[in-house]
Amino acid sequence: MSTMTNTTTTTQVHRVYIKTTADRIWAAITKPEWTARYGYTGYVSYDLRPGGRYEVRATEGFRAAAESQGNQLPEVIIDGEVLEADPPRRLVTTFRMLMDAEIAGEGFTRVTHEIKDIGGGVCSLTVTHELEGAPKLALILSGGLEDVGAGGGYPWVLSDLKTLLETGSPFTS
Amino acid sequence: MSRATAVPEPLARRALTCDQIVTYSHAVNDDLVFKALADPTRRLLLDRLFARDGRTLTELESEVEMTRFGVMKHLRVLEDAGLVVTRRAGREKLHFLNAVPIRLIHDRWIDKYTERQVSALADLKTELEGNE
Repeated sequence: MSTMTNTTTTTQVHRVYIKTTADRIWAAITKPEWTARYGYTGYVSYDLRPGGRYEVRATEGFRAAAESQGNQLPEVIIDGEVLEADPPRRLVTTFRMLMDAEIAGEGFTRVTHEIKDIGGGVCSLTVTHELEGAPKLALILSGGLEDVGAGGGYPWVLSDLKTLLETGSPFTS
Repeated sequence: MSRATAVPEPLARRALTCDQIVTYSHAVNDDLVFKALADPTRRLLLDRLFARDGRTLTELESEVEMTRFGVMKHLRVLEDAGLVVTRRAGREKLHFLNAVPIRLIHDRWIDKYTERQVSALADLKTELEGNE
């Protein structure tokens, strides 16, 4: 591993508290019928064992929106490998965005999802994304390109996920 | 809250473990976010983390005119509000900016009151352009 300095400058940590169960949060992260409904949307596919494939395909709406702006999307828009899967507590995968050649060229990064039941019917979801060598992806995921139509990154996605799980409908659609 | 849990060797690289000193009230209390933001030093600390994330107390302390104890107190308030998340990396405690609580306030409060104005402007635009 690289030095501590790299970790400190390129890792993002995002946390949200949601009034729901760990199982529902786990499902909302790992099941395509859930992931199509919040944030950027997309159909996830996880082979939930170490070495298993992780892929995301665009929803019809997302693909149509991209194509109306002249962006042809590949069949798989995010890919990676499952490193750890401990339902409903911990999921670690690699992550590579394939929608843009430059960002795809930044290569694989690493995402850790941690779900903790903190009592009172509330769980925390912490997403830690190690983004060494991926400054463009990091900018998008932090929400830094929202004004140019790249969405609000993790804060936006997690806020939307909270709304979906707590109220039954997302605010993005 | 033992931090002594052994991390399996292959995971050493991501030896970032979560500090979970959190209570239910912190999870659902917007007041803590507003209170945390209502102080210039705490906003400065957030700005410093925005510029470069994942800093130690020592690094943050060097950027503000305040004692180490003072900075610790402010960081605790930010942590309680969920605006700062800390993780252990080896022997160091790193502080990360968590913008999600601010986003939640934006989505729940700001959007609600700006929506009407935005739609009024959209109507105005339609009307003006329709009269060209």
